[in-house]
Amino acid sequence: MNAELRQVKTAAEQGLADAFAAARGSLPGAAAVAALREAAFGRFVAKGLPHRRVEEWKYTDLRALMREAKPIAAPPGVPEKAQAKDAGGMLGSLEARRLIFVDGAFVAEMSDLTALEPGLTIGSMADALAAGEPLVLEQLSRPADDMALALNTAFMGDGAVIAVREGVALARPIHLVFLHAGKPAAIYPRSMVDVGRASRLALIESHESADGRDDQVNAAIDLVVADDAHVDYVKIGAESSKALHIASLTALIGANARFNAFVFTTGGAVTRNQFFIRCGGDNSTIRLGGVSLLKGRQHADTTVVLDHATVGCQSREVFKAVLDGASRGVFQGRIIVQPKAQKTDARMMSQALLMSEDAEADNKPELEIYADDVQCGHGATAGALDENLKFYLMARGLPERDAEALLIQAFIGEAVEGIEHAGLRDALMDEAVRWLGARV
Amino acid sequence: MSLLEIKNLHVEVGGRKILNGLNLSVEKGQVAAIMGPNGSGKSTLSYVLAGKPGYTVLEGEALYNGESLLTMPPDERAAKGVFLAFQYPLEIPGVASMTFLRTALNAQKKTRGEPELSTPEFLKRVREVAGKLGIEPEMLRRSVNVGFSGGEKKRNEVLQMAMLEPRLCILDETDSGLDIDALRIVSEGVNNLRSSDRAMVVITHYQRLLDYIVPDVVHVLSKGRIVKTGGKELAHELEAHGYAQFAGEAA
Ligand SMILES: Nc1ncnc2c1ncn2[C@@H]1O[C@H](COP(=O)(O)OP(=O)(O)O)[C@@H](O)[C@H]1O
Ligand SMILES: [Mg+2]
Repeated sequence: MNAELRQVKTAAEQGLADAFAAARGSLPGAAAVAALREAAFGRFVAKGLPHRRVEEWKYTDLRALMREAKPIAAPPGVPEKAQAKDAGGMLGSLEARRLIFVDGAFVAEMSDLTALEPGLTIGSMADALAAGEPLVLEQLSRPADDMALALNTAFMGDGAVIAVREGVALARPIHLVFLHAGKPAAIYPRSMVDVGRASRLALIESHESADGRDDQVNAAIDLVVADDAHVDYVKIGAESSKALHIASLTALIGANARFNAFVFTTGGAVTRNQFFIRCGGDNSTIRLGGVSLLKGRQHADTTVVLDHATVGCQSREVFKAVLDGASRGVFQGRIIVQPKAQKTDARMMSQALLMSEDAEADNKPELEIYADDVQCGHGATAGALDENLKFYLMARGLPERDAEALLIQAFIGEAVEGIEHAGLRDALMDEAVRWLGARV
Repeated sequence: MSLLEIKNLHVEVGGRKILNGLNLSVEKGQVAAIMGPNGSGKSTLSYVLAGKPGYTVLEGEALYNGESLLTMPPDERAAKGVFLAFQYPLEIPGVASMTFLRTALNAQKKTRGEPELSTPEFLKRVREVAGKLGIEPEMLRRSVNVGFSGGEKKRNEVLQMAMLEPRLCILDETDSGLDIDALRIVSEGVNNLRSSDRAMVVITHYQRLLDYIVPDVVHVLSKGRIVKTGGKELAHELEAHGYAQFAGEAA
């Protein structure tokens, strides 16, 4: 590492260094955790915030986009917690088990921890770090190249630690509800979810905050899906349109498993959802999808690295972006097919609907195929709504905005359709309809 | 007052002048056929009346119930009772026919300030109308026109028309792509809608359709103008002698 090559620190980089120096003594975890934090922060110091010349961050130049580093969130008090009473309400009809996080901190007394199904354990990450839980430490000690993930490891505060023992099919979804309520701050949630062999879990993660707040959220979740397990994961980003939101999902998928992940984004000034997914067992089925509904100057980047390391896995990716105003949608999809991953069947599609001349869509597919007996394909489109279709609908009596809304629903429906849980599918479509209704 | 009164209409599309001083009156209760060779401007006329963007009115006007039609957005025209059965109905992937019908019907009712139809009322009506047109309920659950045959698309247009109960129905070559059985069913559907306060403009270039939907009046369109108007026997004359005899009159 050549220090001369490093650019001058930006205000945000300096702010992060100061914040780390000030917080390192009080962040949860004993010596082993502290060492992980130091190592992760060391990687950050060496490289700085990712910028446009870092290929993986080409379209989301954090060095330019992040002007300052917010102070680390303070533990929530009574008034902050009180604001979380109705958080996650849009999914109220699902009767999910709600786990509440205010300013990143787990609020056990507001979370639904009653009558836990046998085989399900739920704990707080801060507690797990303090106790030095071996399984948690082991998971955290896998070094990540990614700078956002490194920063999360350095600063991680709290989050959920969930384990589902083998052979347990949970009927109720678990919903991690993140609400930011105190002074706008930097929040670093870290969660870990371990789903045992042949178990079933539907996991929801939502992030909300009042409009106008400019929090900086860097969330990460580590997920292990054992053989024959079936996991649905849906993430909803509905924060203030001034927030910076970075989220990294790292998943290891076993054999004959099903993993279905979906990310729905309407909030944030700058959002980056990263998926690092590795097929670690044969014959699994992976479905990844997402919908971003953006307006104004919002920017949302979805970056997927899908590593087919084993035989006979099937993956499908369908990502859609509706871009209004001067918003920008980014999709980077990388598929790696390792030499031994024969019979891989991987398909990736990303489509952007440009609702205004100032909107921009960027798409970067990367296929790295090292096996010969595979099917691998990708497609991308970006364009405006079909004017002839719009006229057809208007000629039947739909006002222009309604005609557009119906066509947009059809457009995103193709992605939402991939969510297996019917209640979740409906809830997200309702959210989309609300968003469309608010268009002027 | 005529339901539709078109006066000296000149229209340009894609930099080409297509309608050249077209005059036409359609009365309530009337079925008017418009016949003309390919390229004479029949679809252009229908699109202009429905409000498709991209058509520039250079001169003239079209009054619907005495109101100026050409400046209204398409959805307003629809709510006021103007309906165009498209020559080439479009496919709308991801929008189920049922949703489409219901959204359209309720949008029109909302614009007119009428109460929406309840779900049972709506379903009952759709089943009834679709049944008469030989449209399977399964088709209504599918995306609008996606994977439909040409004939099925045309039937679907007539279904929409019957559901929306317009006052001015413009049918642009609804007979094209139909076999004889479908032609009979579709014509029956159209005939069922004939009424004293509704007018139909039936555009075709074959006389065949007019054996089933018998017009009160036949207009001949050539080079963007109505060049001849007569009774239903005019259609037979055209069938026997072709359009060539009128081509000169339009120049
Ligand atoms: N968008 C357009 N741009 C240029 N020319 C057009 C356009 N639409 C139609 N035309 C031309 O206008 C003429 C009339 O077309 P149309 O109204 O479709 O005729 P018809 O329905 O009688 O067959 C044709 O010569 C056609 O090529
Ligand atoms: Mg035509």
